[in-house]
Amino acid sequence: MAKQTLLEIEELRVSFRIGDDYYAAVDDVSLAIGENEVVALVGESGCGKSALALSIMGLHPPEKTKIEGRLHFKGTNLLSLSVAELNRIRGKEIGMIFQDPLTALNPLMTVGRQIEESMDYHLRLSAAEKKKRTIVLLRKVGIPEPEKVYHRYPHELSGGMRQRVVIAIAIACEPALLIADEPTTALDVTIQAQIIGLLKELQRQMKTSIILITHDLGVVAEMADRVAVMYAGEIVELADVDTIFHRPLHPYTRSLLQSIPSAQTKKERLHVIQGIVPPLHKLPRRGCRFQPRISWIGADKHESDPKLREVEPGHWVRCTCYQHFYFPDDQTVGGIGYGAS
Amino acid sequence: MALLNVNHLKVYYPVRGGFFRRVVDHVRAVDDVSFTLNKGETYGLVGESGCGKTTTGRAIIGLIRATAGEVLFEGTDLTKLRRREFHPYRKDIQMIFQDPYSSLNPRKRVLDIVAEPLRNFERLSPQEERQKVQYVLERVGLSAESIYKYPHEFSGGQRQRIGIARALTLNPKLIIADEPVSALDVSVQAQVLNFMKEIQQEYGLTYLFISHDLGIIRHMCDRIGIMYRGRLVEEGTSEEIFTNPQHIYTKRLLSAIPNADPRERGRQEALRREVEKEYEQSYSRYFDANGRAHPLKPISPTHSVAIP
Repeated sequence: MAKQTLLEIEELRVSFRIGDDYYAAVDDVSLAIGENEVVALVGESGCGKSALALSIMGLHPPEKTKIEGRLHFKGTNLLSLSVAELNRIRGKEIGMIFQDPLTALNPLMTVGRQIEESMDYHLRLSAAEKKKRTIVLLRKVGIPEPEKVYHRYPHELSGGMRQRVVIAIAIACEPALLIADEPTTALDVTIQAQIIGLLKELQRQMKTSIILITHDLGVVAEMADRVAVMYAGEIVELADVDTIFHRPLHPYTRSLLQSIPSAQTKKERLHVIQGIVPPLHKLPRRGCRFQPRISWIGADKHESDPKLREVEPGHWVRCTCYQHFYFPDDQTVGGIGYGAS
Repeated sequence: MALLNVNHLKVYYPVRGGFFRRVVDHVRAVDDVSFTLNKGETYGLVGESGCGKTTTGRAIIGLIRATAGEVLFEGTDLTKLRRREFHPYRKDIQMIFQDPYSSLNPRKRVLDIVAEPLRNFERLSPQEERQKVQYVLERVGLSAESIYKYPHEFSGGQRQRIGIARALTLNPKLIIADEPVSALDVSVQAQVLNFMKEIQQEYGLTYLFISHDLGIIRHMCDRIGIMYRGRLVEEGTSEEIFTNPQHIYTKRLLSAIPNADPRERGRQEALRREVEKEYEQSYSRYFDANGRAHPLKPISPTHSVAIP
């Protein structure tokens, strides 16, 4: 892709302290986010996708976290900045949309005040200008009667409206990068469809890049340009969205796609991925981390120190086990479009 | 054969206000809902939050009092029974709850959790009880030693299976599963859904499956009822609902599901716009002046739609 790189994540490692030791929840992740690009991070809970996003925002408690690597955003390494310097960037250049709109909003503040709060911080505007801008924002995120909603409190709004307010806060200073952590998980499907439409529209209009974190592969299929599949802190497969859904290679990607019941087609049995994502302090640190969950594939089929390798232009896969992988229970190939009409 | 007939079920909550806090209006959480569950089938109740699907399930099992209507279980109207008379039926109808983290008492051992229904209905010696508990636990894929563990020692999927084991101990006829997998990760979700299908075959269970996830509903259910604002707007076989939806709300709901094929993006967006337009134009055809859906009308032996 010939797009300019906006955020370059290099060899990022985020470790949390458990007892006296640090354990990496994000391990050696390198990923470039281009301008106006939507990159999705997918994986089960505990795969490190949220830990990765929060480290970009600098939201991990410093006394319990160790962050190594580099995060180049428009040329500056975010990890080398002081809190004061970081505060000038987050909220302004990088906006974040949180999962649960009810807990992300302050119940004691009107909607208008909450949106203006970040403008106070980052932009020099008069009260009248701020209000005008807030109303424009509310209208932009599709809230009817923005002049009235401006004075409302979060509890007076429905879930979908609240999430629109959260989005309005995130885009208040027209950020170049939006981090959306499970933006539609707490919402009903019809509302979810509206929010997806809204995010796509904003991305088109404002030329924003989006890091979309979700476990819902349907949302990924509808929004993402590229997809990074994460397992146990590592990216195991990285490719454009069409490749991930139609020609996935890594066993984890293929298993995930097979385990989801679809409303478009009907499968008799769902594929079950054996075992669980191991807890942080029990993660195998050597070899292929997915090996325990595909035990029927011989140990000799895995690499001893698997690296993310480019197998075709733009398509990256970790470990060679994908070349030998098959589903034990049936003839599924893993990936939509096969077998199903 | 019908195992359960729900006839004109209503659950209203009074809204008080004004002088002397009189009842000024009602919230119609469940507003005249009727459907039938046949033995051995899975019936899906679908709708968005607040549509009354959970309230319907809870009214059937007696956790919420029905304002009006009948719940006929093998011919007996459960809503008319007194507490004592209801007791034997509780054995036949069990519930699987949504959140396996809050539906298991953290201070009880698995043995006590799973044996609780047994202790309410059967007089067993401690040995017999333990044997029975171990038997159902093994059925749900947990080891016999787990009886002395506490809920926090299990993963989310295992906990949900403890919840299922508890529901199975009394050999129920009907299981009401209220969003049984929405708190679980996709891979664990697949495991629990497969397992629920297996035990259904084995025990000849009937499921009332309540969910907002249409992918899961399509996977699990033989017949489906779509609820909107306390009323059923469409009912039919899984095939009929998904391939030939008739009510505008059903169409809207189906078009909103994310399509798991990135190549369909454009088509899905166009479909959504089209349905949205139809929704705006034909709203008054499908809903009366108060915004209530019309009563269901059969359009084929198995397919009914709420149209005037």
